[in-house]
Amino acid sequence: MSDTQTFLDTLKARSQQRGAEPTWIAARRQAGAARFEAMGFPTRRDEEWKYTDVRSIAQGNFALADNAEFSQASAAALTLPLDAYRLTFVNGVYSAALSNLDGLPDSVQVMPLSKALTDNHEAVGGPLGRLTGVDFSTFAALNTAFMEEGAVVRIAPGTVVDKPILLQFLSREGAPVMSHPRILVEVAGRSEATLIEHYAGQADAANFTNVVAELMLDRGAILNHYKLQEAPLGDMHVASIHVEQSRDSRYSSYNLNLGGALVRNDLISDLNGQGAETNFYGLFFGQGRQHVDNHTKVNHNAPLTFSNENYKGILDDRAHGVFNGKVYVKRDSQKIEGFQSNQNLLLSDRAHIDAKPELEIYADDVKCSHGTTTGQLDEEAIYALRTRGIDEATARGLLTLAFAGEVLEQVALDAIAERVELAVAGKLPERFNLAGLVEAAVALND
Amino acid sequence: MLQVNDLHVTVEGKEILKGLTLTINAGEVHAIMGPNGAGKSTLSAVIAGKDGYEVTQGSITFEGQNVLEMEIEERAQAGLLLGFQYPVEIPGVKNIYLLKSALNAQRAARGEGEMPAPEFMKLVKEKLGFMKMDASFLQRAVNEGFSGGEKKRNEILQMLVLQPKLAMLDEIDSGLDIDAMKVVADGVNSLRAEERAILLVTHYQRLLDYIVPDKVHVLVDGRIVKTGDAELAKELEANGYEGIEESVA
Repeated sequence: MSDTQTFLDTLKARSQQRGAEPTWIAARRQAGAARFEAMGFPTRRDEEWKYTDVRSIAQGNFALADNAEFSQASAAALTLPLDAYRLTFVNGVYSAALSNLDGLPDSVQVMPLSKALTDNHEAVGGPLGRLTGVDFSTFAALNTAFMEEGAVVRIAPGTVVDKPILLQFLSREGAPVMSHPRILVEVAGRSEATLIEHYAGQADAANFTNVVAELMLDRGAILNHYKLQEAPLGDMHVASIHVEQSRDSRYSSYNLNLGGALVRNDLISDLNGQGAETNFYGLFFGQGRQHVDNHTKVNHNAPLTFSNENYKGILDDRAHGVFNGKVYVKRDSQKIEGFQSNQNLLLSDRAHIDAKPELEIYADDVKCSHGTTTGQLDEEAIYALRTRGIDEATARGLLTLAFAGEVLEQVALDAIAERVELAVAGKLPERFNLAGLVEAAVALND
Repeated sequence: MLQVNDLHVTVEGKEILKGLTLTINAGEVHAIMGPNGAGKSTLSAVIAGKDGYEVTQGSITFEGQNVLEMEIEERAQAGLLLGFQYPVEIPGVKNIYLLKSALNAQRAARGEGEMPAPEFMKLVKEKLGFMKMDASFLQRAVNEGFSGGEKKRNEILQMLVLQPKLAMLDEIDSGLDIDAMKVVADGVNSLRAEERAILLVTHYQRLLDYIVPDKVHVLVDGRIVKTGDAELAKELEANGYEGIEESVA
């Protein structure tokens, strides 16, 4: 039987359990299911999936979780140590006990999608699915078919949100489950916010997360978006993020990937108004047999728009990385600037990267550049460190950490930068594990 | 402490050092002077262990050990430390990481455990203060975006923390203004000790006004052609290297 049938059966069982809901949501789900069934899972014959084999998802048997049980202590150990408005989901199910929105101002709405649906929140039905339609991909269609939980964030005009908004997704060990979180963020004119998506979980978990995020930035809005993916190493993780940017808005993405067995991120920004700016910072670290695929696209749909992208990959053992970054400049989008850089570091002979930068330009007065490099460490720097008595393995570790640091120095939130730096240091091969060193340096800052 | 005996070194097939002999004892400060291209930097690079230098003849011994058989890091761990003429920028590697890793590597080689963090910080802060460097240097990447003077001060800072037995300083005065030169010279002078030796490689006599050497060697065309005391440096300043070359020839 086709791989899609298992998912459709699960979906059918699920819809029979549901109570009364707004009619529009059922119609959306049906449209998603129909599109999912028609498209089926992609194969490596699909250009967009040329380097990523999703059979481990397609042939998986994932149930849907029915509760959000998670011990407070283990959640606390995973939670980022920062003061934030927090929504927590366990295997995709909202956990009120692990969430905290105390002090949320009236000008900011943060709620689980289930609540928005129950309340038939009039403002949600319109924008939901506007950026990520069911045609975008099989996974977007699948997410829409199962759409029932996630987060809705709406920020009123002229609001500077005082604390980050943290969406925490915890993966629990046990029989494999799937979740299809849907995130909708609307940042109104001249507002400013920091959004964190954080994926973490118990070491033995092996779940499938298929998230879709739609982020809308109105005129002059600023959104800093951190996606810290440190899911358990058995997890499958697929994410589609669409950003719509009006005039003078500024979006910065920090896409930090450390976990997961199979990871695919699609990040797309539409620069629709003059003065809009988007910054894509990415870091991925793969080891063992991890597979990490980042597809990014910037659409310069208006003149005088700016994009800047810097993705760095570190791959060890037999890990496989993919970077596919596209900059598209629409006809007559003059005086745009689009810069893209991708650098990869291979720590082992069997690690592999497929890097594909693409420029597609239909305007003549633009400043664009792109480049990708893949290599090993700077031998002169290794020599300089060794002349200080540092052995070669440690020198290589320090330089690997430094390579990651070039992305991490863009990270304004210390809790995240330190967490990732420590994780990278701790994941380095044992002989040059630098976790102790980083811990000491972090302690000095405090 | 250090014996260099009849050292011949070729770089890319060209012989640069042509039978250099030099002995440095504990407690001494030596200066090697010479015109450009004489082989000054080659000597310090070979002692430090840089790739691309082929020793075709002769030996280097440090405290009885054959230096040429030691790994680069083993030389440093044994107390043989080179301060670079052009310190390498190492983007992303924080100074604090470099200092801590280097010090702990040296201690490990001596069979000692890691220095506890508070003690390490106290040590580093004291040395920073001595070099008139701000604590923020510790969190900055090694030499990245540093001015010429900052880079040189950073080299000396590493020396002060690591306390080598033999400190070799390659053109440590290049690119320094007079104030930075004084700070660097104070740093170097603070290293002077009975159990330690210092080797200065320099083109100009200027540095030797601040760090007065016990011995001055003139290196011309791959050989030491003359050895004297601090006065020799002043003669060189007045008469240039041509006079020496002629007298040797």
